[in-house]
Amino acid sequence: MPETPLLLDRADLDRMIGILSERGYQVVGPTVREQEHIISYGDVGSTDDFPVGLTDEQEAATYRLVDRGDGRLFGYAVGATSPMSYLQPSDAVVWAGRRTGKGFETVEPPDPPRYAFVGVRPCELAAIAIEDEVFLGTGSQCPTYATLRQKAFLVSVDCTEPGGTCFCASMGTGPGATSGYDIALIEVLDDEGHAFIARAGTEEGAAVLAELGAAPAGEERAAAASQAVEEAAGKMGRSLDTEGLRDTLAASLSDPIWDELAATCLTCANCTMVCPTCFCAAVENRTNLDATEAERVRRWDSCFNFEFSYIHGGSLRPSASARYRQWMTHKLSSWVDQFGMYGCVGCGRCITWCPVGIDITANAAAVRARMEEAAHV
Amino acid sequence: MTAGLPKLAVHKFASCDGCQLSLLDCEDALLDVVGAIQIANFPEASREVLDGPYDLTLIEGAVSAPGDIERLQEIRAESKFLVSIGACATAGGIQALRNTRDVDEFTRYVYASPEYIDTLDKATAVADHVKVDLELRGCPISKHQLIETVIAFLNGRAPIIPTYSVCMECKRNGNTCVMVAHGVGCLGPVTQAGCGAICPSFHRGCYGCFGPMESPNTAALGERWLELGIDREVIRDQYHFFNSWADAFREAGEAYAASE
Repeated sequence: MPETPLLLDRADLDRMIGILSERGYQVVGPTVREQEHIISYGDVGSTDDFPVGLTDEQEAATYRLVDRGDGRLFGYAVGATSPMSYLQPSDAVVWAGRRTGKGFETVEPPDPPRYAFVGVRPCELAAIAIEDEVFLGTGSQCPTYATLRQKAFLVSVDCTEPGGTCFCASMGTGPGATSGYDIALIEVLDDEGHAFIARAGTEEGAAVLAELGAAPAGEERAAAASQAVEEAAGKMGRSLDTEGLRDTLAASLSDPIWDELAATCLTCANCTMVCPTCFCAAVENRTNLDATEAERVRRWDSCFNFEFSYIHGGSLRPSASARYRQWMTHKLSSWVDQFGMYGCVGCGRCITWCPVGIDITANAAAVRARMEEAAHV
Repeated sequence: MTAGLPKLAVHKFASCDGCQLSLLDCEDALLDVVGAIQIANFPEASREVLDGPYDLTLIEGAVSAPGDIERLQEIRAESKFLVSIGACATAGGIQALRNTRDVDEFTRYVYASPEYIDTLDKATAVADHVKVDLELRGCPISKHQLIETVIAFLNGRAPIIPTYSVCMECKRNGNTCVMVAHGVGCLGPVTQAGCGAICPSFHRGCYGCFGPMESPNTAALGERWLELGIDREVIRDQYHFFNSWADAFREAGEAYAASE
């Protein structure tokens, strides 16, 4: 892989979108949903579709889109959605069939799209790496995920201006991309103008950059860009102390603090719906009226729903506190046991998009304080 | 032609007819339904009324008038699978707003000859009086849920009628949360899914016409509405709307009324 960082301008990025499109990719990236005033992943035809000159102000239960007054394309923190919406889509048909006389035949699904994501944040790359471990790792393989994931092309953009609910620096997943990308970009807006420092992470990424014919970036400018990313680690709106967190949470399961933390939980499942690593799904079998056609559909589900843990006789987690505890301790404790990593990448979406602003960083700290207090009694 | 097919009955109590119209509104799907089921007793669709018993009975409307309970018991007795449909049949509906008011006063204002008005003390749900096999929520119901119920019934499987929040549907649809992004009061987090999150899809707050979800935290949501600058009486009125007589919403509305 060529280690020399290359220099792109906005026109090069437009050409990159064109090249990816010619290579058969559906190009997806951050776009502005005008009516809803948010940034969210959507189809991208040119750099005009990116959130030019916009940023997001994020706090617990609050998201506002505001003008930056400059021409940055990626001057925001994270959008409302993550690549998970594409790589783990809801309502994915996992099997379909129809009756033929006395038997049946399988209906082959259409070829899944090949996505090229342009503008993926390092925390989102980390989330994809987690999903890879869960669905393509040593355990069972998920063919639905595999077909989408293995064809995907990832262009990341490092963060230089984290948001109010960001804490990727705590989780070791950002603000700079270290792996998992085909091309990694850093957006630069300095005295010399608007540019992107580009590095290839794969052969295909290198081939796309070669097709662009980009010149090497000056050493100083590349170093300054990397410096800005490093400094971003100190600008996170939130932090989460992960030291011994797996054990602390594992020891807290019977503590009444969970009732306190979950008192305002709506069990509405928004946190799990926006989380880029939450992958739980229900499998529904659907038929048409005369049962001549049937399909099995994988649909987003959540550990906050009763039916999710319903077995004979009732739900295993009838209380909000049991469900909130399940979610948070899975992310920050039992995930480690299952997959050898935390299930949280610090993107902050669960804090921003919780309608009542429940904060996983504050609650992790609260559990830690309670358990330390208990240890000293 | 239709002999031997399962028999469908549709009954109406105190209601606006909107829910049974949802069945007629199923258009193409309705034609398939008509081919798979015998419409045996559905005055709004056909003058022909066949005798019971009926395999599948849909009941719209609240129990509100004298004689309703007796008629309901007769319907139950001749129905194998009974489904109450809509906010009126599942929670008393909009007319349950009278349950905490002086109905005599209403009738004096509204009717020229109030002496002709005879009504029960309260408008209540079908399930308050007879055993109901399934409830379809909403004002009106979702025709997708209705068709799903009929398909599941015909194929002998459980219908997929989730009891979780509207937020699940919003996020699956790719909607933006109107509370978080726009500061708009939305009952979605405490309201049962099923409508397909229609109102938030048009950037408006949910007003709870599907009634309480499985574990509604109405107090926490109400507190958040207060933080967003929404008045207590607005919160009370939102909870006391189409499903004012559903326990969770009734109690939530009362909490905001009592603390005024």
